[in-house]
Amino acid sequence: MAKRGIPVLKKPGGNFCPGCGHNIFHRLICEVIEELGYENNQMMCFAIGCACNHAAVFNGENTMGPHGRPASVATGVKRTNEEMLVTTYQGDGDAYVIGLQDTFNAAYRNERITQFVVNNTCFAMTGGQMGWTTLPGQKTATSQTGRDTDTTGAPLKFPELVRNDFNAAYAARGAVHNPKEIRKTKGYIRQALEAQIAGEGYSIVEAVSICPTNWHMSVDQSIDFLEKEVLGAFELGEIVKRRGE
Amino acid sequence: MSETVLMKGNEAVAEAALRAGLDFYAAYPITPQTEILEYLSKKMPELGRVCVQADSEITAINMIMGAAYTGKRVLTSSAGPGISLKQEGLSYCAANDLPVVYVDVQRGGNGLANMGSCQTEYKREVTGGGNGDYHAIILAPASVQETADMVSLAYELAEKYRNIVGIMTEATIGQLVEPVTFKEAVDPASLPVPSWAKTGKMISSSDEPIKPRIKDAKPKADRAKYFQMKEEVQMWESTNVDDADYVVFAFGAPSRVVYDALLILREEGQKIGMIRPQTLWPYPEKALEELKEDVKGLISLETNCTGQMLPDVALARDLHFKDRHVPVYSCAYIVLDRIPTVMQVVDDIKAIISGQTEEAY
Repeated sequence: MAKRGIPVLKKPGGNFCPGCGHNIFHRLICEVIEELGYENNQMMCFAIGCACNHAAVFNGENTMGPHGRPASVATGVKRTNEEMLVTTYQGDGDAYVIGLQDTFNAAYRNERITQFVVNNTCFAMTGGQMGWTTLPGQKTATSQTGRDTDTTGAPLKFPELVRNDFNAAYAARGAVHNPKEIRKTKGYIRQALEAQIAGEGYSIVEAVSICPTNWHMSVDQSIDFLEKEVLGAFELGEIVKRRGE
Repeated sequence: MSETVLMKGNEAVAEAALRAGLDFYAAYPITPQTEILEYLSKKMPELGRVCVQADSEITAINMIMGAAYTGKRVLTSSAGPGISLKQEGLSYCAANDLPVVYVDVQRGGNGLANMGSCQTEYKREVTGGGNGDYHAIILAPASVQETADMVSLAYELAEKYRNIVGIMTEATIGQLVEPVTFKEAVDPASLPVPSWAKTGKMISSSDEPIKPRIKDAKPKADRAKYFQMKEEVQMWESTNVDDADYVVFAFGAPSRVVYDALLILREEGQKIGMIRPQTLWPYPEKALEELKEDVKGLISLETNCTGQMLPDVALARDLHFKDRHVPVYSCAYIVLDRIPTVMQVVDDIKAIISGQTEEAY
């Protein structure tokens, strides 16, 4: 088995809770950027929320823009630096709630960027409030009796929206709670970045993650909840395959 | 020197920006600034540069932020309500010392506002506008030529101080067609890449410990920068102030009305002068050094109903006249659909001279 050192883009550490999938997903992205030889020609546009904790432990070039706007910031970078590998790194609250306009329109334009979104079914940094990805009936700090889909909407599945309505290059949803899914997710990240490098268009990889802190569960309970409940609502796999694949 | 052409103020903004080496422009349509977007959407692809019609003003400011991070010359533009939407993004640009340039073609009033030529955005523009603790340099042209000149100046100042620069025009200036001579075009590819630009390279491979997010150094450097700009950037044009008993402070389109009113009042023997601020932040406080010591009063003349510039005139007065009280009067034109006529201004100044108008400060 090949030796896996820490990617050069990543510093040790990070301000994440035990069990969180953020660090695994971000590390996978760093590994793939490095494997593709883009560690010195890339820009990662960070979101606001747990996602921006990575900025402190990321050696790569990056930007910080307002909450929800990374897809737009990334657009400005990519349009003026076509050879640069331009990505966003966001949570679901940032990308799919406050930033839905930016995310939606970047996909709509088929912008040649790659969005990475961690979906933990809540706003995690602010203490576990309901997001648009919160499951029906799921209890959060702002849906204390369980999410009522009649008045708050049903879980938003953005990659599926991309599949149905846009001409995007690639969309996938992975998970990072066991080695098998971690390996698959790394493959999705590679496909998404290769699609961008080949100029095929917009790509997005969502990673479903546990959030033990805000789900108020142990790590084991969280993984159980993820497998039994979350993955029932959010199907894993390649949702838009690259053309010619 | 290139030839002189007839052009709208808005188109002059666009052409001047192209000639200044504009790489990237993003905006959303809004009257009365849309000609900038229309002009650049045609010209920029021809020049191999990028114009994006964004899905909102918010998206547009964030797009230009992205391009600015990589050291490109960028521009966005809008009118009153659209510039409000950009404030969060501008605050982030300030936080990251990005030299972005924006144009506010003011329309008049609150909320939706009307299409009148007004100066209702003064207060927002000169105070920074977004959350936090910053100032944009605000330039206020009074003609199409000056608009074009201020665009290239805006990029110089933005890059010199690594600061936001706003060009605050108004509906009249944006829609006015006048002769304009442009500077020679600069090829963006010939511009040096700024040392601070993000080029995509790794920042560091060291294992430095996580740094605290807020450092003392940035606020201290900001404070020094804002004081330096206040000292170095003040610009104004003065007319007949040497012997003036009363001095009008007016900028943009109304200043042209005041200029004609001054001619009439001079003929009638009234010694009236004008200071026309060309920078609204920093406010040209130094202009008061040109005033005679026994000046009788200062008049803040503007097209908004609350007298948004008035406190700045009063503060400049306090700074300069420390030994005696010089009254400051307000001529704020509350009819939001038009700028005042020459005779209206003449009458209002006469009312001040004759003591019928109470001082404001």
